[in-house]
Amino acid sequence: MKIGIIGAGRLGTSLARLSLANGHEVAIANSRGPETLELSSKILIPGARPLAVDALIAEHDVIILALPFHQAIQIHPTILDGKTIIDATNYWSPVEGTIPVFEESGLSSSEYIQQYFDGATVVKSLNHIAYNELEEHTGTGRVVLVASDDEAAKQLVTEYVESLGFDASNGGTLAEGQHYQPDTKLFNSRFTLDELE
Amino acid sequence: MDVKGEWISMELGVFSFGDVQRTKKGELGPTSEAITNMLEAIQLADKVGLDFFGVGEHHTEYFPASSPATILAAAAATTKNIKLGSAVTVLSTDDPVRTFQQFSTANIISGGRVEIIAGRGSSTESFPLFGYHLQDYDQLYSEKLDLLLKLNELEKNEPITWEGTFRAPLSNVPIVPQSEDPLKIWLATGGNPDSTIRAARLGLPIAYAVIGGRMSRFAPLMELYREAGRQYGTSDKLEISIASPGFIAEDAKDAKDTFWKAWGWTMTTLGKVRGFAAPTRAHYDAESNYDGALFAGSPQEIADRIIELHKKVGHTRHFFQMDVGQMPHDKFLRSIELLGTEVAPLVRKALAK
Repeated sequence: MKIGIIGAGRLGTSLARLSLANGHEVAIANSRGPETLELSSKILIPGARPLAVDALIAEHDVIILALPFHQAIQIHPTILDGKTIIDATNYWSPVEGTIPVFEESGLSSSEYIQQYFDGATVVKSLNHIAYNELEEHTGTGRVVLVASDDEAAKQLVTEYVESLGFDASNGGTLAEGQHYQPDTKLFNSRFTLDELE
Repeated sequence: MDVKGEWISMELGVFSFGDVQRTKKGELGPTSEAITNMLEAIQLADKVGLDFFGVGEHHTEYFPASSPATILAAAAATTKNIKLGSAVTVLSTDDPVRTFQQFSTANIISGGRVEIIAGRGSSTESFPLFGYHLQDYDQLYSEKLDLLLKLNELEKNEPITWEGTFRAPLSNVPIVPQSEDPLKIWLATGGNPDSTIRAARLGLPIAYAVIGGRMSRFAPLMELYREAGRQYGTSDKLEISIASPGFIAEDAKDAKDTFWKAWGWTMTTLGKVRGFAAPTRAHYDAESNYDGALFAGSPQEIADRIIELHKKVGHTRHFFQMDVGQMPHDKFLRSIELLGTEVAPLVRKALAK
């Protein structure tokens, strides 16, 4: 699969490496331009292409948001029209501060992301596993949940998550995605399909 | 990475956020006791020949070391050889002028043993406390680090002129006191690639805080640090230190069981604040063995792991946070003693070959 990752911090680079290791084609972008990623991508994620955000979006149908929630909602809202977004962000106020407009919305964070990028199809996944466990817990039966209001997009992301070496499980709709946000039992906990039942 | 033939000295040390003890009733004890305990621990670390003690700024009822420079100044006056630093100073929410003055003062008292390890802040309680916005996280750090480094580079009696966005400008202002030599200032990071590049670009020694997962995950970042240093021409200024949770007792099982109780409590408590699930013993066991981030074990085991890691990544300082989650003070002191009297000689001997 061709995967475009926005965000080149700890999560973005870990997801890039894991995707490359499993045969995917990966491009990565940050807000400061591809030249700022040349050195780090060469050493940390050899094989990934650094691109500008615009170019990355133009060239990819599947985009992972691997940046803080408050930065994700600074991306232009129509720039992702027609794309499948894997929303790996979390609204995490103890770490990133509060965003009143989100709190007043009463939505789950991925519903909010869907409403924000309303021309795109949002799938909530890879948000509830710590970045430093991504590459260690593949092939161990660890579950990664996948939620979306769009079945075809959910299926696509399920296949992607399984290709990385996780056991994917249906997380329901984006509203139901609130069950694996911060402050839930599932967030950052390690469980298999049997344990999830 | 093998550092072929250039075996440099490996410094060993301890860091603490202050650890409130548990009372007989099972409640959290006084924060004042945690401060005096910490001073005692620093003095012991000096006595047993350890190289470094770091005091990490935190502002909670269980980690009360809110004012590292004050403790370090007291330690500076009552220790002889040990290097003393913050671990870390949450520079993003501090005034660099004040930080510089306080650490420079302590440095003079110590005879040049005081350092600053400056971080963006992974514990975020200082942001609301001092009136900063978490969303300015990186810009705050970048600007304040710039000012701190400029202050540290001033010649004797040279005033500072500086302008930024988060504090009032400084126009031709003298900053006192200045120590004989500049302070050693480290950049602390939890693994963000940009922070690694920033440290190399600025020619700063780097402190990696590795608090979970596998240690080897950080090896590519250290390679990035060195490669960036070559590109920026700062290689001769670069140094790598690693800070990780750790605890030593004579018996490996005793060490692991004791630390599990303390570390487990801390992660469970932090999980409640940050909204993540509590760790399990199985997770802890997986991470407190070979290549894991948690260094709990017997002196031989910990020495072996430090040596093994040094051969891979070439770090020249490793320091451990031992007193978390109401670690009984006598066990903390014993762990410091074992690090100095048993682990350190094993490490020195192995690396002297």
